[in-house]
Amino acid sequence: MGCGRLGAELAMMLEQDGHDLAILDIDKFAFDHLNPDFKGRKILGDGTDQDTLRRAGAERADAFVAATRGDNRNALAAQIAQHVFNIGRVSSVIFDPMREEVYRGLGLRTINPTKLEAELLRELIEQEEE
Amino acid sequence: MFIVVGGGGKVGYHLARALLADHEVLVIEENPTRVEFIAEELGSDVIMQGDACDAATMERAGMQRADLVVAVTGEDQDNLTLCQIAKAKFNVARAVARINNPQNETLFRQLGIDSTVSATTLIMGHIEQELPWQGLIPLLTLGGFNLEIVEVKVPREATTVGKQVRQLLLPQGALICLVIDSQGSPRVPSPDATIHADDIVVAVTSIEAEESLRNALTSIGP
Repeated sequence: MGCGRLGAELAMMLEQDGHDLAILDIDKFAFDHLNPDFKGRKILGDGTDQDTLRRAGAERADAFVAATRGDNRNALAAQIAQHVFNIGRVSSVIFDPMREEVYRGLGLRTINPTKLEAELLRELIEQEEE
Repeated sequence: MFIVVGGGGKVGYHLARALLADHEVLVIEENPTRVEFIAEELGSDVIMQGDACDAATMERAGMQRADLVVAVTGEDQDNLTLCQIAKAKFNVARAVARINNPQNETLFRQLGIDSTVSATTLIMGHIEQELPWQGLIPLLTLGGFNLEIVEVKVPREATTVGKQVRQLLLPQGALICLVIDSQGSPRVPSPDATIHADDIVVAVTSIEAEESLRNALTSIGP
């Protein structure tokens, strides 16, 4: 869910690994982030809506990733995937470190790009100092 | 009680105004125009500008001493996040969420939100005479027990019509407590009371059994 730079990049990587993909976005221009040879299904719609997720094939999905810019919509979509569709591997991007901590505590598998990027940047800066 | 209201739109504003008579209320709202309006109408100590899901804002609002959080923005994801963070991080005892997409109702209650209010579902319940809608109207969540009180109207064609209460195959954890006939007389049904078309059945059920209870009472013959 989410075909921004992050979602599109991830979808193309996963397709190269041989997985069958469906990618959702509420903005049709977001699909421009995908290479023209991307074969997965593109679904225009709101990934926090159960009917849209069903249309995307959530009932038979093995994994679900929420990767929009919005923490709250990612958390809602991921919890729908987990509790309504019983998808086994559900991961969610949560940018706000506090929200990420809370949702990890509540049993979501989360990635916090803010913390990761800050750590990478710190490494880069401290390397240059040496 | 100290009540934090997330969202200062029309619902949040009128709710805060009504609650202020007996409680300490703080509304958190992002939009500066709404903040200004509420400050003018209700007083500047009733409103705070900020993102209600942000930790610093929540701390500034005094979330840790809130007795109740009510999330009434127009976005379900914001209402869910506010309630979940208030409960998990600030140990707020009770969280009430407004639901915009009725499909989220069951999920929110599964996720520990104590009460949910869906205007769409309530309005659907009120116009059921005009629409062939055989829904179940959640009336009240019984705090902490995963139970709720629901109302169902028995459709004319339902297989339950003419059956006795004891013959009904109710799911485990569901209990019929009241039957109101089409004349409006309520009765506590005995096991051999007969269910009639258009009876309104008020039942207690676990949230998981809600769907099977609806089927048991309203499904139409094979």
